[in-house]
Amino acid sequence: MKQFEALTRKKDNQAVRCLIVDDSVFARKSLAKMIESFGGQVVGEAGDGCTAITEYARTKPDIVLMDITMPQMEGIEAVERIVAEHPEARIVMVSSVGYQDNILAALQKGARHFVQKPVKPDALYEIIRYVLNDDGVTSPVGAGGEKSR
Amino acid sequence: MRMDLIQPFIGSLDAVLAEMMKAPARIVDLTMEPEGYRRKGLAASVTFKGEIEGRVILDMEPPAAAHVAGYLSGGEVDPAEPIVPETVCELANMVIGNAVTQLNDRGYQFKVFPPAVLTEEQTAAAGQESEASILCFETPQGNVYLNIAMHYHRRRARERAPVVTSQ
Repeated sequence: MKQFEALTRKKDNQAVRCLIVDDSVFARKSLAKMIESFGGQVVGEAGDGCTAITEYARTKPDIVLMDITMPQMEGIEAVERIVAEHPEARIVMVSSVGYQDNILAALQKGARHFVQKPVKPDALYEIIRYVLNDDGVTSPVGAGGEKSR
Repeated sequence: MRMDLIQPFIGSLDAVLAEMMKAPARIVDLTMEPEGYRRKGLAASVTFKGEIEGRVILDMEPPAAAHVAGYLSGGEVDPAEPIVPETVCELANMVIGNAVTQLNDRGYQFKVFPPAVLTEEQTAAAGQESEASILCFETPQGNVYLNIAMHYHRRRARERAPVVTSQ
């Protein structure tokens, strides 16, 4: 997989920490590979909205990648609950279903962005950079932040 | 079955295969299957309810499924590995998700349910559906089939339509 300029946190030059929420193990693995190619660190994974809420509280990630259609609790409800508790949460919706209604609902509940599956690494990289805004910086491959996993 | 409902699935499968297999795929057959569903390889099903109701099954010959799993996991994958049916599930999710997004953009309202790998029992149950359309895509690693059984639900559409009153 293509290597990107490493994404690090401006405040401490550590790797950007990411929580991946998707009911598909395969999708989680695929997204985790992308995050690692961005120089990021996957700090947690969840297969449904309920687990996502507890994992968010446990890991306090810089970015959450959140699927929409999941068993038990769907992504949009999980976004609402996480943002209610942690208004600073940066959540990017990642779904194959890109209904305008769904996207609008997710954004209204506090999601910061949306990307449709199949996810292209370049697109996801740019979206994460955009969502991190001034809190994220990039550095050339091999010069990224330390990983403290 | 209405072709305007099937067309988004053709475009979506074509686009997703091109992206995930990095190889050309072409439609070689479109048939109707009135006598029930017969699984050809590894299959996953997605159901949806609303103005359009039904289910779509993505069915991949094992070498084709293993190729996608290998490409995405960055190494050789044996068709018998557990990651392969999981890959078919996620691929079905992408193909069907993209297609129903297009249908939704045209104004059709419905809810999509998470994909599930088809077991032997579910395969038999899927065969009890009404007539299905089967698209066969040929790829260098094997055939990929999309089995579509769905219908337009006029009553649900009327329920959603605004009530017009005369004054």
